[in-house]
Amino acid sequence: MSAIVDPTAPLTPSGNLRRRLVVSQLVSAASVMASFLAVAVLVLVTYDVAKQGASALSWDFLTKNPVGLAGGGIANAIIGSTLIIIFATLIALPIGVLTGLYLTEYAKPNSRAARALRTALDLLQGVPTIVVGLFVFGLMVVGHGETGFAGSVALSIVMLPLIARSSQEVLLLVPSTLREAADALGVERWRAILTVVLPAAAGGIVTGAILAVARAAGETAPLLLVDSLANPTQTQLLVFGHGVPNIPVLIYTASNLGIPEAQARAWGAAFVLLGLILIANIGARLALARYRARLGQ
Amino acid sequence: MGLCVLAGLLTAFVLAEIAYQVIDGARPAISHFGLHFLANPAWAPNFSNLGAATVLFGTAVSALMALVLATPLAIAIAIYLAMLAPRSVRAIVGPLVEMLAAIPSVVLGLWGVIVLAPFVQRHIEPWLHSTFGFLPIFGAQQTTGLSVFTAGLVLTVMVIPIIAALSRDLFLTVPHELKEGAEALGATRWEVIRGVVLPTTVSGVAAATVLGLGRALGEAIAVAQVIGDGSKIRPSLFAPGTTLASKIAVDFPNTLNKLHAASLFYLALILLVIGVITSLIAQAIANRFDATRLVTR
Repeated sequence: MSAIVDPTAPLTPSGNLRRRLVVSQLVSAASVMASFLAVAVLVLVTYDVAKQGASALSWDFLTKNPVGLAGGGIANAIIGSTLIIIFATLIALPIGVLTGLYLTEYAKPNSRAARALRTALDLLQGVPTIVVGLFVFGLMVVGHGETGFAGSVALSIVMLPLIARSSQEVLLLVPSTLREAADALGVERWRAILTVVLPAAAGGIVTGAILAVARAAGETAPLLLVDSLANPTQTQLLVFGHGVPNIPVLIYTASNLGIPEAQARAWGAAFVLLGLILIANIGARLALARYRARLGQ
Repeated sequence: MGLCVLAGLLTAFVLAEIAYQVIDGARPAISHFGLHFLANPAWAPNFSNLGAATVLFGTAVSALMALVLATPLAIAIAIYLAMLAPRSVRAIVGPLVEMLAAIPSVVLGLWGVIVLAPFVQRHIEPWLHSTFGFLPIFGAQQTTGLSVFTAGLVLTVMVIPIIAALSRDLFLTVPHELKEGAEALGATRWEVIRGVVLPTTVSGVAAATVLGLGRALGEAIAVAQVIGDGSKIRPSLFAPGTTLASKIAVDFPNTLNKLHAASLFYLALILLVIGVITSLIAQAIANRFDATRLVTR
């Protein structure tokens, strides 16, 4: 038998190895290109929205109500969206955090109840938002008319699984030594949760909630079904009993009109919405990363 | 404890209530059309002749196109972020790709209808038609650019961040020993990816793809803005079309009669069933692969 390795062979690529290296480099190049493409799309959309939106933006645009199809501003939609989101958060935040608490503090991780609840959360997150809209329509709008509060309920259903999931993740990061220390002092479970676990997790829960709010703020499909019949020129300070003008539906209707002036207003509203959402996302992500790093140590 | 259980029960209850409301709303249409609804391509609410075949076709085609485009791109991005990118680049590009998912669908739709659709109509459609016109899917170009093709592109942008982020996290879980072992045997980067990383994560990547599919199937607003609300089954991607979710978004605010509204609930029921099935499939794949990894997102 001759030696398998030829000691005189040069240590430079040749033949088959060269082909393998070329293939490898082609794949690397393709993956760089794909990443570049994705970032380029983000930049392109943000740039277009910023360019078109900035020209529509003015002090009046933010502080005046709409006049006709194109005049005035979007003040009432900004106020309306804010109110709808606040009520949605008021509903979803306690339920979501409590669900997260149940999963981490009370249920045994592999018990049937915990697994069923996790599946339910996943399914709820997988329900298309337009179906959520139809659900709330059947529940609250039939026979009562469209209200801003119905929009809040719909958005809270969109937010619920996100908040439950993110608070569960954060609660899992809270060191178990804290809980054990509380147990050792004879503190009751609920008191330990209120005074030890929740304060330790508060930062993470809040940032998770902000991400959920950012997600719900741009949600259009449910609002289109349950809160699109509003007087577009009036400011509504109450979400009960009547429709409330809001930013997503305003953008949707204006984009379908095909009238340049209305589209200009849609761009302006999209600029406000996208700007707030991106800022909230970046801020929450930075805070969450810092929070994770701190709890991880 | 009691409160937490209550919150968990409420979450499960919402899910059941959604199913109940949607079935309840669809009942008139179910009793009127039966299962024949699924095969009937007509959508003529004023003649009470309604069927889901056209929307099902449009849903399948647009979601399939999005997956075909998004999956390879997203996996390439994930490969770049998990294995090739330097740490500093990874810390910037990763969140940027995820940020793509934060753009509200209505803003993406606004961009799609005003910027992307004319571009597609002017530049992409003529080129594809003249080069691949012998294939029926690349038929003659239309006048507006509002088409299944444009909707597929918009959905691609929405699906990429989902698949890319999940796949990247999966690639990062591949044990170093395996990768280093392959490298020690002289494998090139691509061979490490193909021989070690992809085989160990393939089921997780499949689950991520199914989750992306669920997103593409259920998106209503952005699709409604750019797909052109066509009413026929046409082979060409450049023709206007319609999908389950977008049909509901377009028709629901102005339904003609009870049967029309009930038929839209029927579509929502189909959508809900599809959504639940995709979630369950994704979970089943993920559970078999790794009980904690995907589920914690």
